[in-house]
Amino acid sequence: MRRVINRHPSRRMKILMGALPFILAIAIYAFAADARGADGPDKLMPGLNAFTSAMSRLMFDIDRATGTRLFWADTWASLARLGVGLGISALIGLVIGVLVGFIPFLRALFEPFFAAFSLIPPLAVLPILFILFGLGELSKTVLIVFGIAPFIIRDVMLRVAEIPREQIVKAQTLGASSWQMILGLVLPQVFPRLISSVRLSLGAAWLFVIAAEAITAEAGLGYRIFLVRRYLAMDVILPYVLWITLLAFAMDYALRRTHDAIPWTRFKEGG
Amino acid sequence: MALIEFENVSKHYGDTIVLENLSLTIEDNEFLAVVGPSGAGKTTLLRMLLSQEAPSSGRILIDGAPIAPEPMPDRGVVFQRYSVLPHRTVIGNVMTGPEWQAAPFTGRLFGKARQLLKARAQDMLDRVGLGGHAALYPAQLSGGQQQRLAIAQALMMNPKVLLLDEPFGALDPGTRRAMHKLVLELWSEHQMTVVMITHDLSEAFHLGTRVIAVDKRRHDPHAPHRYGSIITSDFDAKPRLARQLARAAG
Ligand SMILES: Nc1ncnc2c1ncn2[C@@H]1O[C@H](COP(=O)(O)OP(=O)(O)O)[C@@H](O)[C@H]1O
Ligand SMILES: [Mg+2]
Repeated sequence: MRRVINRHPSRRMKILMGALPFILAIAIYAFAADARGADGPDKLMPGLNAFTSAMSRLMFDIDRATGTRLFWADTWASLARLGVGLGISALIGLVIGVLVGFIPFLRALFEPFFAAFSLIPPLAVLPILFILFGLGELSKTVLIVFGIAPFIIRDVMLRVAEIPREQIVKAQTLGASSWQMILGLVLPQVFPRLISSVRLSLGAAWLFVIAAEAITAEAGLGYRIFLVRRYLAMDVILPYVLWITLLAFAMDYALRRTHDAIPWTRFKEGG
Repeated sequence: MALIEFENVSKHYGDTIVLENLSLTIEDNEFLAVVGPSGAGKTTLLRMLLSQEAPSSGRILIDGAPIAPEPMPDRGVVFQRYSVLPHRTVIGNVMTGPEWQAAPFTGRLFGKARQLLKARAQDMLDRVGLGGHAALYPAQLSGGQQQRLAIAQALMMNPKVLLLDEPFGALDPGTRRAMHKLVLELWSEHQMTVVMITHDLSEAFHLGTRVIAVDKRRHDPHAPHRYGSIITSDFDAKPRLARQLARAAG
């Protein structure tokens, strides 16, 4: 009898086994919802047809108050917040991380400060952000940047520190100036890590978007979820949660593919 | 021309003395091989010659002038590992130095200048036997090929001095022999002074025109860091006259 850690499923078996928990979860839900719905429609566990009708209303009917199709307006609002927040965070992380990581005087000046700064819990300062930047988009963007940029900065700095000393010395013997090393040695080597770093920040970014939208917004996936919560509208909340998950998965996948498409990350370090 | 002089050079880290009062004159076009046990301070010696580290006391001169306090193109280097840029292709690596020199802001050449440099880089790759690998990335090369590339990259700058820190230490014996041949050829073609560190005595005597051994002058088992290394032996491996005759004939 082989040890259990040495027994591997076949390819087909793997796919089947991977799908199994999903199928099981849906089946259990459908079964439980059916049982509960026996005596009239149920608010907490709506049947599958309740989802389709709620979602088709949000996706295809124009909302009278806002003049938009709510589902798409919410999606766009949240994705725009997320994209702007992540984009600014990545840019700040790259520029500051590279400069502070590579230039000893800047490192001496800022490293302790960033280490302390990154420990501030962003949600705890959310009220401050609302007071300083108002209840509009600015405070939401600042929250995401505040929550994510310190992590990206530190990750980029770590990657800069990982560049072998030999390469930096070699570059200097090839006549490189500090600027040329930043442009031609540090940036290209840090870039793949930046993408991974953004990828790892996706979960936190969604958290901050939804938290900010829960408190104040006019549209957004998180805003909608917290709005309909008052009516216990599970038929909206559950599909929205699934949709957010799907969006997060798609972004994660896209970033992973981008990372793996960089030629110098495609080949593993060899002999 | 590259005459290297160490004048009473010492190096210590804190109260650990690594090298003690080292004086050494390396003639122009010498191939100096440095041997010694691990931890003797061979790499430290090379780092000082490279200006990656500063001597704690004493000074180092090339052709009578103190070396610049930071690494410069007059001294090329090949380390045992990590000597090439992993994010540039093979030919990109060879073009890097000249591109940096020619284009201070972008670090890239374009158009005709680029074509000229590319042709020169391709010649250099052909010379070291990597002509067919120009478009690959370093990680796709074998260890020996990566070292060939590192040498080619350094030679594009026409350094006065080439510094090698156990460059073939990680290679298998066959590859190592081929590298020895290449290095000797390049050394005589480029007329440089070479300083090579190795822990392989036969390699030292095969390549070097002069071989020095560095080791601690005294071993105190209770305070091993109290004594630094000095030059314990110094051989003329190939008499100068014979070498000059061989060069004149070849
Ligand atoms: N940056 C440093 N700080 C402290 N000690 C160092 C440093 N670099 C080297 N040493 C010490 O100097 C000694 C010689 O090191 P090294 O020159 O690398 O030896 P070798 O190359 O001959 O094996 C070792 O004992 C090492 O621990
Ligand atoms: Mg060493």
